Amino acid sequence: MNQPLLTARGLVKRYGRVTAMDGADFELYPGEILAVIGDNGAGKSTLIKALSGAVRPDEGEILLDGKPVSFGSPLEARQAGIETVYQTLALSPALSIADNMFMGRELRRPGIMGKWFGMLDTAAMHDFSRQKLSELGLMTIQNINQPVETLSGGQRQGVAVARAAAFGSRVIILDEPTAALGVKESRRVLDLIQDVRSRGIPIVLISHNMPHVFEIADRIHIHRLGRRLCVINPREHSMSDAVAYMTGASLPAGVAA
Amino acid sequence: MSDTPDPVVPRSGETVASFEHSGRSPLQKLQHFLHQFPTMVPVIVLILSVIAFGLISPNFFSAFNLSLILQQVAVVGTLAAAQSLVILTAGIDLSVGAVMVLISVVMGNLAVNYGVPVPIAIFIGLGCGAATGALNGLLVTRLKLPPFITTLGTWNIFLALNYYLSARETIRSQTLDAEAPLLKFFGTRFEIGGAVLTYGVVLMLVVFAVLYYALYKTAWGRRVYAVGDDPEAAALAGIQTKRVLMSVYVVAGIICGLAAWSSIGRVGSVSPTSFFESNLESITAVVIGGISLFGGRGSILGPLIGALIVGVFNSGLRLAGVDVLWQLFATGWLIILAVAIDQWIRKVSS
Ligand SMILES: Nc1ncnc2c1ncn2[C@@H]1O[C@H](COP(=O)(O)OP(=O)(O)OP(=O)(O)O)[C@@H](O)[C@H]1O
Ligand SMILES: [Mg+2]
Repeated sequence: MNQPLLTARGLVKRYGRVTAMDGADFELYPGEILAVIGDNGAGKSTLIKALSGAVRPDEGEILLDGKPVSFGSPLEARQAGIETVYQTLALSPALSIADNMFMGRELRRPGIMGKWFGMLDTAAMHDFSRQKLSELGLMTIQNINQPVETLSGGQRQGVAVARAAAFGSRVIILDEPTAALGVKESRRVLDLIQDVRSRGIPIVLISHNMPHVFEIADRIHIHRLGRRLCVINPREHSMSDAVAYMTGASLPAGVAA
Repeated sequence: MSDTPDPVVPRSGETVASFEHSGRSPLQKLQHFLHQFPTMVPVIVLILSVIAFGLISPNFFSAFNLSLILQQVAVVGTLAAAQSLVILTAGIDLSVGAVMVLISVVMGNLAVNYGVPVPIAIFIGLGCGAATGALNGLLVTRLKLPPFITTLGTWNIFLALNYYLSARETIRSQTLDAEAPLLKFFGTRFEIGGAVLTYGVVLMLVVFAVLYYALYKTAWGRRVYAVGDDPEAAALAGIQTKRVLMSVYVVAGIICGLAAWSSIGRVGSVSPTSFFESNLESITAVVIGGISLFGGRGSILGPLIGALIVGVFNSGLRLAGVDVLWQLFATGWLIILAVAIDQWIRKVSS
């Protein structure tokens, strides 16, 4: 394959005496679906938070298109085209679905009202949100104006996924996007991930769901004890291999203990 | 706007959610209704109290008396607008009253004792309001001090500055009339159909109208709510939370400056010892108005209604010949009731 789109080398992040990342490496290639798997507390969320600007690593470097980047905030990563669905979803519970979809990138009315008085183009934002949610099959939601806190857990997750998919232009990172979803809704998200990939945008998918991972991932990054243990090809390894590597029950060929 | 609800598609695997909807008691329905329209509580309280006091004392219902209530709440109502912004971000501003008095002293002193042209004195006063807000904002965002403690500190500092600048002396009404009549502008009365209003009342209404627009129709407003609701989520969603907080404190400071100008008109003089209780009165109006002290919830129009409720109680009890202490007593219970209702409403989401 060609040059990686997003690279991390030797990332370290400590929280007091806990080392969440301990020399983590990472590579994402253009157009691929990369799954990241690992035990609870292995440091997966911390790794992707470093890539999305939410956490500043203590050591190590991150490269986008081969050029070093240093994101001071999620906004900077977003402006570079990296869109993330966090495990905590990062939605404002009291605000509406449409407000949440456009949080931080609100549309203004054309003309004087928008330009001088900053008036929001509510209608356009509603239509867009409605359309994106329909694409995800989430139109059991009655009202795009309803506060996010009145949605079910799965619906909330759907809103967060729809937001990332709608705005991500370079990389989309999904931290357990189907954890709260029903069978049918999970299927929609998997379809959406493949849709996004067919638009040429690579995806990082963190998941504990092995069948999902083996179904759609091109490569699987196995995280263990704060760093990358290995990357495997799902067509050359079985799910039980992957679980064994993840939990430390066995080591893949070519990796020293 | 295209707000027609989409057809509800029955959905498998969602039986739990639909069960919840059908099995609601009337009390739960009320809870959900209030959760959606939190301002309805103060609106109902206002209407009921107006009717009740009208029945007790016939004079209460005159256009004159009702407009007098508006005049009485104009200054605290304007301050409550500033307070609302800060409380929406889950903060609290104990310094608003001190800022207001300080700014009125700055405006009066510049105009009367230093011969600064009055419009410029007013402009500098509003600038000082912005500066006091910026100080609060910097302490909260940069030093990460809790707003309660920050503004408790700056409250004392601004009061001290106020006594220093004014040398504890009042600038009297005649002096203002002779040298700076513009400072008393918001005390100017005008009549519409038996109701006597002041420009101070108009100012209060305009401030609330502008804030309503800013909070609901601009991106800034949506971000203020997001930061108050869940600052971590807002930051992850790409909001520069510190910047939003700073802007809130600065705007609140400017509104305090406007309230200062309005207060000179209301009192007729510049008095460094006036409005001593306006801090707590502004918080009272906000809380009774249904804005949650936990941030991110409530309508900006609530505090306007909250201020009116306090005004109606004070006026009604006075007309009924009740001792002033019962005004305090009633206000106290209103505050407790308002917070209890807020807690109850918030349980919907959990
Ligand atoms: N903000 C924080 N403060 C302190 N410790 C933290 C913080 N964030 C993460 N950690 C610690 O870092 C380690 C890795 O956490 P992380 O959330 O990255 O794991 P994870 O692989 O995403 O786990 P899961 O599968 O449960 O989501 C854990 O031991 C966790 O307790
Ligand atoms: Mg995680």
